[in-house]
Amino acid sequence: MTEPLVQARGLTKRFGEFTAVDAVDFDIQKGEAFGFLGPNGAGKTSTMKMITTVSPITEGKLMVFGVDPMVDGRSIRQRIGVVPQEDNLDLELTVAENLFIYGRYHDMKKSEINPRIDELLEFAQLTERHDSQVEPLSGGMKRRLTIARALINDPDLIILDEPTTGLDPQARHLLWDRLYRLKQQGATLIITTHYMDEAEQLCDRLVVMDQGKIVAEGSPRELIRQYAPREVVELRFHEGRQDSAVLEIEGLASRSEVLADRVLLYTDDADATQDGLHARGIQPEQVLVRRSTLEDVFLRLTGRGLID
Amino acid sequence: MTSTTLSRSLRYAESEVIAYRRTWRGTVITSFVNPVFFLAAMGLGLGQLVDGGTGQSLPIPFVPFVASGLIAANAMQNGASDGAFPVMAGVIWRKNFLGTITTPLGPTDIVWGRLIWGVGRLTFTLLVFVVIAVLFGALEIGPALLAIAPGVLTGIAFTSVITAWTLTRDDGRSLSTLFRFAIVPMFLFSGTFFPISQLPDWLEPMAYVTPLFHGVELARKIALPGVNGSIVTDMSMWVHVAYLGVMTAVGIYLSIRFLDRRIRP
Repeated sequence: MTEPLVQARGLTKRFGEFTAVDAVDFDIQKGEAFGFLGPNGAGKTSTMKMITTVSPITEGKLMVFGVDPMVDGRSIRQRIGVVPQEDNLDLELTVAENLFIYGRYHDMKKSEINPRIDELLEFAQLTERHDSQVEPLSGGMKRRLTIARALINDPDLIILDEPTTGLDPQARHLLWDRLYRLKQQGATLIITTHYMDEAEQLCDRLVVMDQGKIVAEGSPRELIRQYAPREVVELRFHEGRQDSAVLEIEGLASRSEVLADRVLLYTDDADATQDGLHARGIQPEQVLVRRSTLEDVFLRLTGRGLID
Repeated sequence: MTSTTLSRSLRYAESEVIAYRRTWRGTVITSFVNPVFFLAAMGLGLGQLVDGGTGQSLPIPFVPFVASGLIAANAMQNGASDGAFPVMAGVIWRKNFLGTITTPLGPTDIVWGRLIWGVGRLTFTLLVFVVIAVLFGALEIGPALLAIAPGVLTGIAFTSVITAWTLTRDDGRSLSTLFRFAIVPMFLFSGTFFPISQLPDWLEPMAYVTPLFHGVELARKIALPGVNGSIVTDMSMWVHVAYLGVMTAVGIYLSIRFLDRRIRP
């Protein structure tokens, strides 16, 4: 395998006493979409900030394009595009001007930048907004503009920190579609998210982070196979009935999780599990059978839901 | 500053110019109209009273006295605002500095770029003021144009120090406190509208240590060549230049440090 685009060994970030990233190791290969999945405060953003060279490394080793960010951050930044968690567009400028100034920051010539702006606005479906102010754009449009801005220098690596947080489902799907296109064009993407469906949709490979540590690594499918049986039977009970039902369920599934409002039964054969419930005379108010997802993986790994 | 730092800083300054093309209308009142109001009200209005009295108040008419002081005071107002609000916006309100540092530009380029832009903008603002003051008959065109330079130095000294200070603050309220308790008192008591020899003796030394005093003195000594005695002190112009120069240098050094600490945690 060729040298990874990003390589971390024992990468650590501390803020005073607090350890945000705790000795993590990962390799990100050229052309893959790599995800960092975890709840708020898991250390995803701190990791991104070290990769984008805007936060000094406390300990360990990090190489991006074979360069140490602490030695030559600028040469790394020339080759990356960053979509931050919070939009930081310049609201005093128009849509096109926001792209223009970033082109200039990247030392591009005006004659290079202008055709690139048209191309990127087309990609971001903002062509009609070329001369609009940024302020009145919708959340989804601002995100797409931020992504277009990150692409101005035709980066070798695109880093997206929670790209769809706060967007409505329609805007989110449009954004996924755009990111998927980038992937097809061969871009290397690093995506952080706390949405399982997003990680499943976009990532070839991902790590699950919790409290600064990597707790699992693999493709979405591998992780599901390894940490969660194929199917999940979700049971909801009448008020106050759950506790006693939990005792009767014992042994019906390979594993169960008891949440505040429901019980999850992990099983390779949902029909058999349901038959078992019936045979024991357990009568939940509601039964839902679904495929297991990364959410179940996360629950298994950390004992907690992703979004509390 | 190396040549590559200079070229990157110019890139940043360029984005400020692009933004200014969109925002200058919003700054017309504070940058251009207010100083002229002060000149008209204080210089012409109050000046009638001052000059019309015993005729002994000042050895020169009041209008040029105020106009020369306003070059520096106006520069302070503009320079201070430029070190406060856009910087707070860059790190907290809009966070655009956080985006900028993910490109090849870094905190040093932002600080220098903003100062380069600040020099350009102050020069333009003061040029407009000086031309109006000349049309008022308040100043002679030659010396007045020369006095733009000390004005710009005054403004930039404030921009750099206030940039550093703003980077240690977390919200906009501290900015209004700064203007209320530092900028406005300096505007009134640092010699813009009356010679500081008029202040009570115990207060006079306090005026000497304010940066605006040095800006006003320098602008006045250049804009009104040959003035002396009760109007300006006999402090050497180099003392003023050194004061404002050191202030600017310290401001730049701290701004870069504080910006780095703030946005590259």
